[in-house]
Amino acid sequence: MAHAYTPGLKVLQEVKVVKERRLPLKGDVVVKSGQTVSPEDIVATTDLPGNVRMVNVANLLNIDAPDIREVMLLKEGDAVQENGLLAETKGIFGMFKSQANSLIDGTIEAISDVTGQVTLREAPIPVEIDAYVSGVVKEVFPEEGVTVETDAVFIQGIFGIGGENRGSLEVVVESREDELTVDIITADHAGKILVGGSFISLEAYKKALSMNVAGVVAGGFNYHDLEDVLGYTLGVAITGSEDLAASLIITEGYGNIRMGLRTFDLLREHNGKFASVNGATQIRAGVIRPEIVIPLSPDELKSDHKEIDSSKGIQAGSIVRVIRAPYFGRMGKVVSLPAELGKMESETMVRVAEVEIDHETIVVPRANLEMLETD
Amino acid sequence: MDLRSILATDCGSTTTKAILIELVDGEYRLQVRGEAPTTVEAPFEDVTKGVLNAVGEVEELSGRKLLDGENILTPQNGDEGVDIYVSTSSAGGGLQMMVAGVVKSMTGESAERAALGAGSIVMDVLASNDGRMPHQKIQRIRQLRPDMILLSGGIDGGTTKHVVELAEILHAANPKPRLGKDYKLPVIYAGNNKAQGEIMKTLAEMTDLTIVNNIRPVLERENLTPSRDKIHDLFMEHVMQQAPGYKKLMSWTDAPIMPTPGAVGSLIEMIAKQENITVVGVDIGGATTDIFSVFQEQFNRTVSANLGMSYSVCNVLAEAGMENVLRWVQFDIDEIDLNNRIGNKMIRPTTVPQSMEELMMEQAIAREALRLSFIQHKAFAVNLKGIQKERTISDAFEQSESGLSLVNMIELDLLVGSGGVMSHAPRREQSARMLIDAFLPEGITQLAVDSIFMMPQLGVLANIDKEDLKEDARKAAVEVFEKDCLIRLGTCISPVGKIKPNMTVLTAEFVLPDGKSEHCIVKAGELLRIKVPYEPLKATLTPGRGLDIGAGKGEPIETTVFGGVVGLLLDGRGRPFMLPESKTERISSLQKWSTATNEYPNIHPG
Repeated sequence: MAHAYTPGLKVLQEVKVVKERRLPLKGDVVVKSGQTVSPEDIVATTDLPGNVRMVNVANLLNIDAPDIREVMLLKEGDAVQENGLLAETKGIFGMFKSQANSLIDGTIEAISDVTGQVTLREAPIPVEIDAYVSGVVKEVFPEEGVTVETDAVFIQGIFGIGGENRGSLEVVVESREDELTVDIITADHAGKILVGGSFISLEAYKKALSMNVAGVVAGGFNYHDLEDVLGYTLGVAITGSEDLAASLIITEGYGNIRMGLRTFDLLREHNGKFASVNGATQIRAGVIRPEIVIPLSPDELKSDHKEIDSSKGIQAGSIVRVIRAPYFGRMGKVVSLPAELGKMESETMVRVAEVEIDHETIVVPRANLEMLETD
Repeated sequence: MDLRSILATDCGSTTTKAILIELVDGEYRLQVRGEAPTTVEAPFEDVTKGVLNAVGEVEELSGRKLLDGENILTPQNGDEGVDIYVSTSSAGGGLQMMVAGVVKSMTGESAERAALGAGSIVMDVLASNDGRMPHQKIQRIRQLRPDMILLSGGIDGGTTKHVVELAEILHAANPKPRLGKDYKLPVIYAGNNKAQGEIMKTLAEMTDLTIVNNIRPVLERENLTPSRDKIHDLFMEHVMQQAPGYKKLMSWTDAPIMPTPGAVGSLIEMIAKQENITVVGVDIGGATTDIFSVFQEQFNRTVSANLGMSYSVCNVLAEAGMENVLRWVQFDIDEIDLNNRIGNKMIRPTTVPQSMEELMMEQAIAREALRLSFIQHKAFAVNLKGIQKERTISDAFEQSESGLSLVNMIELDLLVGSGGVMSHAPRREQSARMLIDAFLPEGITQLAVDSIFMMPQLGVLANIDKEDLKEDARKAAVEVFEKDCLIRLGTCISPVGKIKPNMTVLTAEFVLPDGKSEHCIVKAGELLRIKVPYEPLKATLTPGRGLDIGAGKGEPIETTVFGGVVGLLLDGRGRPFMLPESKTERISSLQKWSTATNEYPNIHPG
């Protein structure tokens, strides 16, 4: 490809993070532009239309659908209560009346004289959106939501489960090669975000859940064990709506893979700070990666900090990570990007890169490299 | 207007592919192709950027000026520009629809067939008898956010109650479109004409309702064309208008943009009709596998939405089971390791197999993805259900019924594979083996692959309906399809029936292009290859006792077969096909077949 662009994972020590906080339907924005917010502050609210139930009154009362209005005791817009009377036949001399009752508390939305159905709607469901990160309301979209901006450390993982969570960071291993094991996790870790090294086992993650840990960040996890956590086999990497007390973020991939040096160092540098995490992942059109956001106070900002330009993709000198066997998980520096196609051991002809890893130059398909977007 | 040059693109979910076709010495031929990443997503959010990059590569490779800044030069002027530009698209998730019918296996299925035939992904089929309560259906509609809904139900003049009930459910759900907040969801009504007034009353205000002729005017006949055409129109008018950059792209093209699978399907349908053959075509992608078939002149398409080689590769593992994937792997591997490797392919979907081991694993998974998709296809491509057949006395002993699969493998003439794992397999022998192992063709079946996956572009070209272009465009599509698109792999000859150990499965005599004849005896469990190019060969084929090669049990056939880049593959492994149960024997058989077909010569040299 002439203009190959391989988006990599961001591991940034300082960046302006802008988070969009939008309602699923139009509603009210309750903060103003420029307002300082904390992660738990509500920024917008709305009411989702209530659930709908349908009662086939014509069938229940054994009448023809066009006659439904003759038996209805209530009309569209009227409030109803669960088991309350909706309709009643006249019966014979006022006796042997048949009745139809409401299944829910709510209102009557529609009465159909074609099908004999009555549509009942439950009370609206309130929805609140919080700020997720501490920062400043940058932009307000009337009736829809806001953006919250913060200067922060920003680290993306490759895959995660569980939605948004927050807590203070605690690096619980000595080195990035170490596993986050069961015995490390204690009741003191409740509400915290734990950082491990190369791997977290199913048992250790389950312990984290039982100890009400807010989040776990580790290099790898076994794909096979996801089924145990989720209750189903994850066939497509779309996550985030799981109801899990502890969000799990893996930074490298499935298996036991030591955490990237920069990722580990950066997390260790900010050990003890308050962070927001989100395990939501979507690897399809509109890629979403799990993330760790550690807001920085004004005195922590570096005046000489430079923004990175990653739009040019992988170039000679880029720091890359190999993302497929046989060099999976290893990191190195691109030496050159030969123009001609290279033949791999698999006999596949591909565009290649020469990468220096541990003082050795190897040839890897460019498609198997991920650029590490660092600053 | 004489068509001299054509530029065509296919905007896929990850890659935009461009091809340049030129008229050379009275013949349309593919000149060059280029590709670039699709740019529908952030940070670009404009599909035309990827198109310009892919066309830029074509420009570089062909040395022909095609772009003037950010415009495609049309018509051709001297050596610059092209006469027409056309495109297909499946970017941004393609066209996602929900369909509804009164009876799931009748109008529900007809609506599904229409939507699939138009190139959409069917997210769900709602039906009065689908076993869900109304409130469950409502919740489902709300959750899904389709691009469009096709509502059908009832035969013309029949009872209206049930289809109106479905409309009331839609109304209560108040569905929102996936893209664009400020427009109404397009709904096509293709049901009982007597209910049109009630449907209007129920849905006209809330949705963008269009009414077309009934999809099933009478029980015995489907009428899919009006719905399919309307889906294409609405795809252009509504869905594409909401996708980033498509307004601009639409202003560039000389014919409406078609959904990618719709274009591929229409090309396959056209070829089957033109050559009067039965065809099965497959496109195995990263997220989905599409299968197209034409049997008894009936076209069918299915999308296995979560059977693919990257984004949904773990779903292949989940649906097939580890055991079924492992049965194709020719070496020992730890299950947890294999699990993690497949998981890593899902989360890094654009990677390619560097080592031979990785390639072999990928091709093992592909066999299972194809096999499962084909099972789904066979279950869907059936006769119309719910029809009472008039029977004569001669039918008394033949228990034919409605709802039988149209797919009859022994009648299959041509099996075409496409998609990355097929088209980009390092050796064509590997593509042939994947097709044979997954589809298990019976009798005599030609095999082919789409060389660089250009069927979408040729499909849209074949569908141009501007009077002055129509004829040339269709000619170009057919000529390029025959000469540049299809790589003829050869012919698979597989006798059908249960085989016994050591029996002779097939005795074959071929007259080769050089006039010499080749005599072969295929024993039970053998897979043999005869290297012959794509030329007609006279063949006398005699199946073993109790086996059928197309003329009946034990009956010989004299026919003409074609070689190809792989040649003739004589499959004596039996139908039904069974792999040996013991691991050692299984691996040994896999290695023997690999050697015989030159599949992985660096591992198992012939």
